[in-house]
This record gives sequence, structure tokens and C-alpha cells, in this order.
Amino acid sequence: MSPAIVVIVILAAPLAAAVGCELIRSPRFAEYLNLAASILVFAAALRLLPIALGGPYTLWDRYLIVDPLGAWVLLSVATVYLLASLYAIGYMRALNSPARLHRFYALFAGFALTMLLGPLMNNIGVYWIAIELTTLVSTFLVGFEKTRESIEAAWKYIVVVSAGISLALLGIILYYWGGSLTLGPTYALTWGTLRAVAPHLNPMIALTAFLLVFIGFGTKVGLAPMHTWLPDAHSEGPAPVSAMLSGALLNTAMIGIVRFIQVTDAVHLGILPRTVVVAIGALSLAIAALFITRQTDVKRLMAYSSVEHMGVMTLGFGFGGPLGVAGALYHMLNHSLNKSLMFFGSGDAMHAFRTKRIGRIHHVLTSMPVAGALWVAGAVAITGAPPFGLFLSEFTILRAGLAGPNAWAVFVMLVLLVVIFVGFLNHFRAMYFGENPKAEAATGRWQLRAADRFWCVLPMWLALIPLLAMGLWWPSAFSHYFAVIAAQLGGGAR
Amino acid sequence: MFAAHLPPLAGSLFSLLSITSLLLAFVMLGSRWLNAYLGAFALQSWLIALLSAAVAYYGDYPELYGIAALTALFRGLVLPYLLLRITRRLNVDRELHERLSPSSSLVVGGLLVVFAFVVSAHLGATLGLTGTIAVLALTTMLSMKLIGFLMLMVRSEVVSQILGLLVIENGIFLGSQILVPGMPLLIELVILFDLLVVVACFGVLVRYLVVHAGTTSTRDLKRLVG
Repeated sequence: MSPAIVVIVILAAPLAAAVGCELIRSPRFAEYLNLAASILVFAAALRLLPIALGGPYTLWDRYLIVDPLGAWVLLSVATVYLLASLYAIGYMRALNSPARLHRFYALFAGFALTMLLGPLMNNIGVYWIAIELTTLVSTFLVGFEKTRESIEAAWKYIVVVSAGISLALLGIILYYWGGSLTLGPTYALTWGTLRAVAPHLNPMIALTAFLLVFIGFGTKVGLAPMHTWLPDAHSEGPAPVSAMLSGALLNTAMIGIVRFIQVTDAVHLGILPRTVVVAIGALSLAIAALFITRQTDVKRLMAYSSVEHMGVMTLGFGFGGPLGVAGALYHMLNHSLNKSLMFFGSGDAMHAFRTKRIGRIHHVLTSMPVAGALWVAGAVAITGAPPFGLFLSEFTILRAGLAGPNAWAVFVMLVLLVVIFVGFLNHFRAMYFGENPKAEAATGRWQLRAADRFWCVLPMWLALIPLLAMGLWWPSAFSHYFAVIAAQLGGGAR
Repeated sequence: MFAAHLPPLAGSLFSLLSITSLLLAFVMLGSRWLNAYLGAFALQSWLIALLSAAVAYYGDYPELYGIAALTALFRGLVLPYLLLRITRRLNVDRELHERLSPSSSLVVGGLLVVFAFVVSAHLGATLGLTGTIAVLALTTMLSMKLIGFLMLMVRSEVVSQILGLLVIENGIFLGSQILVPGMPLLIELVILFDLLVVVACFGVLVRYLVVHAGTTSTRDLKRLVG
């Protein structure tokens, strides 16, 4: 099968779902149409993995690129899209606003489409636009419930991210300018062209441009100190949207940073650019640790955990080399699975207890035994405890860091991971086993019909089982895959 | 590079247009009235359209005439019109509680321009472009970027925030016209279209803000903290 056909399926399925949901205004039809699209996208993304291994293919006048790195990010996006589409069926039915459900699914599929576009874009200008489009579509998903808080979150989201990403546009223009001094005034700025021209770039321009794009796309990734939009947007959107934002969207911006690191390596600027990347990653961990420890809102807790894990991934890519890249990529997929599970669990808890405040959630296991057990297993996994996948990937990243020039960051990362482990699980201890100081009346009841409950619990199983499997066993096919990507990214190999 | 070898008249014309655009950003900083912001933004867009046309003429990039026309149409007419509709609906005609008074903003803005100039002059010097229009373009681009950020920080009316973002965009566009006039047409078109969609999205969000949050000022958006 040629890559073009698979790519068409990946892009056409969510597009058809978005249009179909908007045209046929039936909530039942919309949820199943969206689900069908997500299954199709997931199957196609799986199929794309081995195809992409054949090397970078460019399609349609070099506007699209299919390479192993992009295919890997597509897989993580498709996984979250599938899980979130399953979960949305149960979650959104329980919200009881059937009149607007078709609009929700149209936006949801549209959001998935924009996220699937990003990793496929070969022209850097168009990639920037794809990332900008994800913001525009998801803003309305964040504000979907139209409460005062959700509108506030949507506003902050669009303003902060648009302002941040405009820095990336400035950086891209500078790259184009730097390249035009060698290549002549008119050329197509693709990833390949930029990488080829990188050794001839003026180092000052290349450094300035890299810092601008790093800060710009870093805003979208949610790296501290540009993370301010993230907790608001992640906590105020409906739970499936939070999962998509955290598990999928952040990765699509991360791939841009990774590709720019690759370009910057080719400029030979010394260790400064990578040190900046590592430092920002470590800062994200530090900020996340502070806010996780003192958090009172369960969804914001998950949001700051995303800041943490994006920091860990940034450290992995910043350390570079085969180990760093492999660890970061493994971390990406594990985090996508795990964070979806965590947001699904918080969504269930919100249904059961009618609150997001950690202090008002008690004895979760008595009110929702199965979902509660899955949620707490996910909580153990997300703090990086064995035997789950994140333990392996974080361990690999630590090992990668020790070998490089930025070994100080490894020790910072270790200390902060321990702080986060204690802080994060302490909240779960309070929610599961803490004594309720108030009356017993505060116990929640998960009032969902059995069918809806099935849709809420199924994706949690589907997220936890692979997470456990990938913690016990690192497939050798993955190792090979990561080695290919690391070889293509090159540069940081030491 | 095109900007390094220009006839003197062209150089002066480009300088005049960029500096005037930068001054218009200061008009926004120095005023409290939303209509003044809008007028300054519209005029700035027209100047940038003129600049595109001038670059097309002197640099022999015929496709830039089209960009100039579209810039004048979208940035100069459609966007101000959309924003005017938003302000009319809001019943707000001026900034009530700016965090920094207009006069102080002017001073800070001046400092930002100095900073932008230092950075650009340094970049230009490493390329041997000192004293050319390229340095001026970089300065204008960075200054307008920083002034846009300043507006986002110190102004709280929603319309001022949208305009802050648009000033940033205008700055990038202005700089790119001089630095990289040969940038593929498609990219410029899509960015223009993107801008239109951004403003449309902002329009919808503003309506939500008024209806569901009952405010037109971002000062009241402070529930989500921690």
C-alpha cells in the first residue's frame, strides 16, 4: 500500500466525520460516526508505522512528509483520538445537552483533523498554520460548556497561545531570511531544505531563530514559563477534550521543536541550544512539582502533570542521542495513554461527586469500584512507578542524560520526580483512603446508566493494559524504530 | 540580497513607510480610545499594503501587487470592520483601567524600540548589513512585536487585546515584505486567511464572554488561578 492512500484515509476520515456530524444533526449518529472515524484513523496510523520506516516520503508537491518520527506522533494522536471518542460517548450523554452534541462531535473530529495535519506537514510555514488551526478549533471545545470559568479558560488559551506562537512565526521568517542568503530569494522552506542549508546559515541568525521557534512552539507544548494557558484549558474543557489536549495536542507541537533541534545541530552552535532546551525542560518539572504538591483541583492536578511530562520529554530530546530520543518517544506514547486514563478517571469522579475539588472527593472506591481502581493504578503509573511504561521511559531518559554534557539536569530531574511522586500520590491517598471530616452525606454516587458506564470504563481498560504491557516488555520492534528515528535526527548522538 | 542594493529613493520610501507604521503603533500605545486604536491599525495596514506595492515595483516581484491589494482589502478594510462591529456591540469606547497609563506606556515602548534596535544592529553587523534597510526592517519587526506584547500586558479591554495580537502580526508581515519578499505566495495567502479566521474566532468568543461571563474586560477573568 502506498503511503499516499494511508495518509488520505487518516485525513479524510475525521474530515468526513466533522462534516457529517454538522450536516446530520442527530446526537446518536454523530457519536458513532466520530467513533468510526477514530477507529479508521487508528488502524491507518498503525499501518503507516511500517510504511514510514521506508524513509521520508514526500507527497503532493512536497507539501506532505511521511517519516518515522511523524508516523510515531500520528500514532499517539490516533490512540488518544480513539480512546477519547469512546469515552466521550458515555461522558457527553451524562452531561445532558443533546441539542448541542452534534456540534461537539463536529468540533471534536475537526480538532482531531488539525492535529493529524501537523506531523504530516513538510513546509514549515504550513506546519505553523496547522498548529495555529489546532488552537482555533480547540478553543471552542474548551469553552464548550459555556460556564463563566470555561469561557475564561478559552479566552486565556487563545490569547496566550496566539501571542506565543507568533514568536515562532517570527523565527520561521528569520530562518527563511537566513536561507535566502544562500538559496536565493524564492524557495520552499521544507524541513529537508532547511536542514540542508543549515551549515551555511549565519550562526547569529540561526541561534536567534531557534530561540524564537523554541519559545513559540514551547508555548503550545506547555513548557514553563509559557505554560500559563495549559492548566486553565485542560481543567475547564470536558474530560475527553482535556485528554485530547494533553495526550495528543502537545505532542504535535513537540515534533516541531524536535525538528528544529535537528536543524540547529546541523548549524554547529556548540552546546548552547541544547542546554537551553534542557534548562527549560528542567524548569517545567520544577514549576509542575510546586503546583502539583499544593493543588486543590483534581483536573488542574492532571494538567500540571502534563507540564511535568512535557518537561521530561523535552529533557529527553534535549539530551539527544539514541537513548534520549528513544526514551522521549517511548515516553510520548506512554504519556498519551496514561494521561487519557487520568482525565477519564477525573471525569468519572466529577460525575460522581459533582465537584472538581480534591477536598470534597472521598472514598472513591466505594462509589465507583472498577473505574476507581483503574484510576488509582493510572495515578501510580503517571508518577513513574514500575511496572508501568513511564518508569522505563523516564529511566532511559535519565541514562541518556548522564552520558551527555548536561548531566546536572539528571539530578534535578531525579529530585523533582521524587517530589512529584510524593505530592501527586498524596492527593490520591486523600481521595481514596482519607477520612472525611464533614458529614458522610458527601459520599458520591456515580449515577450513570449501565450502557454509559460501559463507554466510560472501556477506554480506561484499553489505556491501562498496553501501559502495563509496555512497562513489562519493551518491544524490540520499537527499539529498532527508535534507532531509525534517532539516526535520522542525528546530531546529538554521542 | 535585495534589500542590500537599493536605489536611494526606494530605500527612503521603504524607511518612511516602516517608520510611519511603527509610529502608528505608538499612537495605539498613547491613546485610551478604542476608535483611535482601530484607526491607527487600519492606517498601518494601508501603509504596509503600500510597502508591498513598493517592494513589488522596485524589487520586481509582480505577485506582491496581489498581496498588496489583498492586504489593503483584508487588513485595511475587513479586519477593522469586523473589530468595529465588535466594539459597537460592546458599548465600550475606551480603556477604563489600564495597568499602565498611556504616557508611561509610551516611555516603555520607546525603551523597547531601543532594545529592538540593539538586537537588530547586532544581527545586521554579523551579516555586514550595517546601515541598510534590512536592519531597519528587523528593528520595526521586533519593535512592533514587543509593543504588541506590551499592549497585551497593560490593556485589559478585549478589543485592545485582539489589536495587540494584530499589531504583532502586522509587524511580522511588514518585516517579511522587506527581508524575504520572495516568500512563496501560497504561504502569504494562507497566513492572511488565517488572520481572518483568528479574528472571526475572537468575535465569537467575545460574544460568549459578554453573554456568559458578563464582562468585556480581561481584568474580570481571574477565577482560574493556582
